[in-house]
Amino acid sequence: MTRYFTADHEWLVVEGDIATVGITDYAQSQLGDITFVELPAVGASLAKGDSASVVDSVKAASDVYAPVSGAVTEVNPALEEAPELVNSAPEGEGWLWKMTLSDAGELDGLMDEAAYTAHVAGL
Amino acid sequence: MSDTYDLARSAGEKPPILALPLDAWHRARGGRMVEFACYHMPVQYEGILAEHLWTRAHAGLFDVSHMGQLVLRGANAAQALESLLPGAFATLKPGKQRYSLLLADDGGILDDLIVTNRGDHFYVVVNGATKHADIAHIVARLPEGVTLEHLESHALLALQGPEAAQALAALGLAVDSLVFMEAALFQWNGVALGVSRSGYTGEDGFEISVPAAQVEALADALLAQPQVKPIGLGARDSLRLEAGLPLYGHDLSPDIDPVEADLGFAIPARRRVADAGYPGAAQLAQAFAQGPARRRVGLLIEGRMAAREGAEVMADGRTVGTVTSGGFAPSLERPIAMAFVETALAVPGTALTLSVRGKSLAATVTPLPFIPHRYVRKGAA
Repeated sequence: MTRYFTADHEWLVVEGDIATVGITDYAQSQLGDITFVELPAVGASLAKGDSASVVDSVKAASDVYAPVSGAVTEVNPALEEAPELVNSAPEGEGWLWKMTLSDAGELDGLMDEAAYTAHVAGL
Repeated sequence: MSDTYDLARSAGEKPPILALPLDAWHRARGGRMVEFACYHMPVQYEGILAEHLWTRAHAGLFDVSHMGQLVLRGANAAQALESLLPGAFATLKPGKQRYSLLLADDGGILDDLIVTNRGDHFYVVVNGATKHADIAHIVARLPEGVTLEHLESHALLALQGPEAAQALAALGLAVDSLVFMEAALFQWNGVALGVSRSGYTGEDGFEISVPAAQVEALADALLAQPQVKPIGLGARDSLRLEAGLPLYGHDLSPDIDPVEADLGFAIPARRRVADAGYPGAAQLAQAFAQGPARRRVGLLIEGRMAAREGAEVMADGRTVGTVTSGGFAPSLERPIAMAFVETALAVPGTALTLSVRGKSLAATVTPLPFIPHRYVRKGAA
């Protein structure tokens, strides 16, 4: 299963026609202790690059952008009680939302794991 | 993902960013460095939550060497201070400290600071981001025979928390002779340390002025104590917020006067008169007589979403104030904020609404501090 990454430190994984979106381990390590995650509304229509979610840490509030365009189909219900899952399992249980892909061609503009690792190494 | 708010933005424009004497020490201990007050400073080591809770339970070591350490000397130094600041310094006894404010002619706050009477001189600690402007303001107003020295040769450490005294005792420093807002010189391995029992966390704690050449040895000796961990700026901010202590540049500014900021305790009655002789005295006398139009308050916020600086405070659909600092309070496990609100609404128990990113958060005015101060005062057992 291919994991795609953005330069803004979001990841997404596509299964069928649904993408699961989250923030990367690098992102969570930069944000520090996460205390609240504001998730998009189910059904919300997102354009690539829209601010879709806000991750609140003790230090800062940070926007999470839609890595692709589509509609939100589900948000991670566990984060309401346990936002710290984004710290402990950012690329697993700490996923943020699922969405449809209105233009699968947008995936071509994203990074693969090797490219993202190089991107982070250059920061 | 991008930060919309960060401690780093307090760095302002782009002057050269300087290294603190302990720069390498912080990096070697995993400190994540950010730009703050024109210095590279550690924002966190293991994490803000853990560092915050450690300080409340044990002892946290903070490097606050970015702050300005000033020495005022001269036969009329106390009078000079009273010509600069709204506090009472002629009556400040040797070994005692007092919180005060540097004011503009219109009564706006240029900085907040702590003055210590060290017997043969006064020692003043001012904020890092404002120190150069403060020095210029003070020097321009010094009377003949009084001199100001900037102690750039000294670093400043803060050791804060209920086990701070124990950790210093283990280094042979008999700091139990001090109570809150007292200071004295101590000798440690032949080094003179200026130690005060004060700080910025609401906990018992100490600030230690140490020659920069010896600060690493002192930091190592303190960190070797089991009670002590290094603490970054992030937890310094969350600790002071819970303690209800204002942060200059956020809760205090040239647009805010001391009466609005609820800092009247720093201005004794005899100095609340128009001819008291310090910049802003006339404006301040008027502000005390009229009462403030707005006041600094604490807000407890419902839910988990934090309200940060700039969030609007609403009541009955109308803007009644602004949040000046806010965030998640680790010890209270909920978001809190400080705000300036219209005086009629600045009453504990008042229900208000905060507007954050298009959402409305319910908030209640609450007395400051959010958690009780645990200072060691005279007469305490």
